[in-house]
Amino acid sequence: MKDTVTTATGPTASGPTGATVARRSETGPPAAGVRRDRRREAVAGYVFLSPWLLGLFGITLLPMLYSLYLSFTDYDLLQDPDWVGVDNYVRMFTDDPKFWHAVGATLLFGAVSVPLKLAVALGVALLLYRNRRGVGLYRSLYYVPSLLGGSVAIAIAWQTLFGGQGAINEVLGFFGIEGRSWITNPSTALGTLVLLAAWQFGAPMVIFLAGLKQIPVEMYEAASLDGAGRAKQFWHVTLPLLSPVLFFNLVLETIAGFQGFTAAFVISGGTGGPADSTLLYTLYLYLRGFGDFQMGYASAMAWVFLVALGLVTALVFRSGSLWVHYADEGER
Amino acid sequence: MAVPTVLAPPAPEQQAPPPAGQRRWYDGTAAHVLLVGLLVVALYPIAYMIGTSFKSPQEIFNNLDIWPREFTPGNYSEGWAGIPGVSFGRFFLNSAVISTGVVVGNVVSCALAAFAFARLRFPLRGMWFALMIGTLLLPHHVLIVPQYVLFNYLGWINTPLPLVVPKFVATDAFFVFLMVQFMRGIPRTLDEAAEIDGCGPYRRFFHVVLPLTKPALVTTAVFSFIQTWNDFFSQLVYLNDLSSYTVPIGLRLFLDSSGQNAVGPMFAMSVLSLVPVFLFFLFFQRLIVDGINTSGIKG
Repeated sequence: MKDTVTTATGPTASGPTGATVARRSETGPPAAGVRRDRRREAVAGYVFLSPWLLGLFGITLLPMLYSLYLSFTDYDLLQDPDWVGVDNYVRMFTDDPKFWHAVGATLLFGAVSVPLKLAVALGVALLLYRNRRGVGLYRSLYYVPSLLGGSVAIAIAWQTLFGGQGAINEVLGFFGIEGRSWITNPSTALGTLVLLAAWQFGAPMVIFLAGLKQIPVEMYEAASLDGAGRAKQFWHVTLPLLSPVLFFNLVLETIAGFQGFTAAFVISGGTGGPADSTLLYTLYLYLRGFGDFQMGYASAMAWVFLVALGLVTALVFRSGSLWVHYADEGER
Repeated sequence: MAVPTVLAPPAPEQQAPPPAGQRRWYDGTAAHVLLVGLLVVALYPIAYMIGTSFKSPQEIFNNLDIWPREFTPGNYSEGWAGIPGVSFGRFFLNSAVISTGVVVGNVVSCALAAFAFARLRFPLRGMWFALMIGTLLLPHHVLIVPQYVLFNYLGWINTPLPLVVPKFVATDAFFVFLMVQFMRGIPRTLDEAAEIDGCGPYRRFFHVVLPLTKPALVTTAVFSFIQTWNDFFSQLVYLNDLSSYTVPIGLRLFLDSSGQNAVGPMFAMSVLSLVPVFLFFLFFQRLIVDGINTSGIKG
């Protein structure tokens, strides 16, 4: 079978094949040839992999180790690193209120923005899915905020929109709500960042749409014949069958949510203010490392971040086994 | 359709209208009204940006309509003139150089690594692949300090090198993964045919697999460009010299100067900064919107 396939496709594989066939037939017995091919392939594997390996060790693994070392030192880039043991970690946890502000702001931001963004994405995806007409155009237009939302330009627009004299207040005033500067108020500043994150719902929406398309229509037909209404169909057909896609989106958005930086930096003018309310973890790390040049402290923060993000991701994956339904395991 | 009808008891069939009938409400104008309304909200900030970029300084905070009363294209020339000594064009040039470098680096290096993972057998392949997946989830903020120390030692600060060189060694694991997934979908019989015809691994890569991987290569190129163009964090860290600034870092200067007169030019340059990304979107719309979800679902 294999032979017929390969000979059938052989002539269509164009180019330099003819010449090499002739040369190949002169080489020794097949067994030795196979062994030589194996070795040749192994060498080729490492040749192809060599840039990646260089990057893995040179740009990723060794710097990570170096950063672990730095996290136990005082280092300002000018003098040699000065070993201080676990001092940076102790200081971070016991003697740095800003650190806890950053942790709090980041957790709050993630806990609100990720579910909100996914809920909007799913809602719009459901509307679009039912409504086939013009789906392509809507999909593209809704995607635009995801495309541009991470840029400094949009963060600048956000700052002006939600500032004291911004257009949002005008709209709110129309509804009789008194405006204020949402950006300079500690209790609302983070909210503007959450809105900016949720505004970029297009990317998960597109993924939801693709997932919805994979749910067989017969499922809905069967459910409705069994007397399930729209709400029941959503809870018992759509949501379970969509759960792997929801899970995928949740993992992606959680990881991205904890790494928000640009908007927080631009909107707070690079300070994390007012009153540390927008001091996201990565922003604080940046300020310590590249504002104060406390490279040791910033490295320690980076390692805590890595461990924390690992834990959160593990938690998400753990929870997944409780509510993610895979079609192949459901079949009897 | 026939099977469930036979199995289902007749009673519920009467209770629940057939699916086609249920969908009628959503097919109607109500859903479209909702979708358009939401779209207006979603696109308002962008329209607001464009409108403001044509407003005079007095108008920006007094006229909150999107449309300017007095059309002021001067914001653009003023913004382009930039900061004394450096024109905004310089920032565009720097951004273009870095983005182009990243695109080339990612496409070349990720394709090489992906071919090894997807098509070649060699010792420790499983281990390397697991490590590659591991780096996929690694936040790059974790590496920024030691990498800064390294690139500072090499004297690369204020040059495009720290932003471009890492891409030539396939550090963007996401794109390696994307290409591996794609190459796995190419029928292996094609490789085998070429192999039997005497093609070694190198020829198989260049003449069989690479041409068929073109869609994934284009996806990688487009996303690399957009990501790099919008990137702020690493450019902020590595570029401190005015003449090395890229567009996002340059935009920040307007914020710092923060005079009311700077708002118009700031918005003008903000709009201009989004034009390349938007053009990419127009040309590769299908690929951008579909590209992620296909790679996403498989992952």
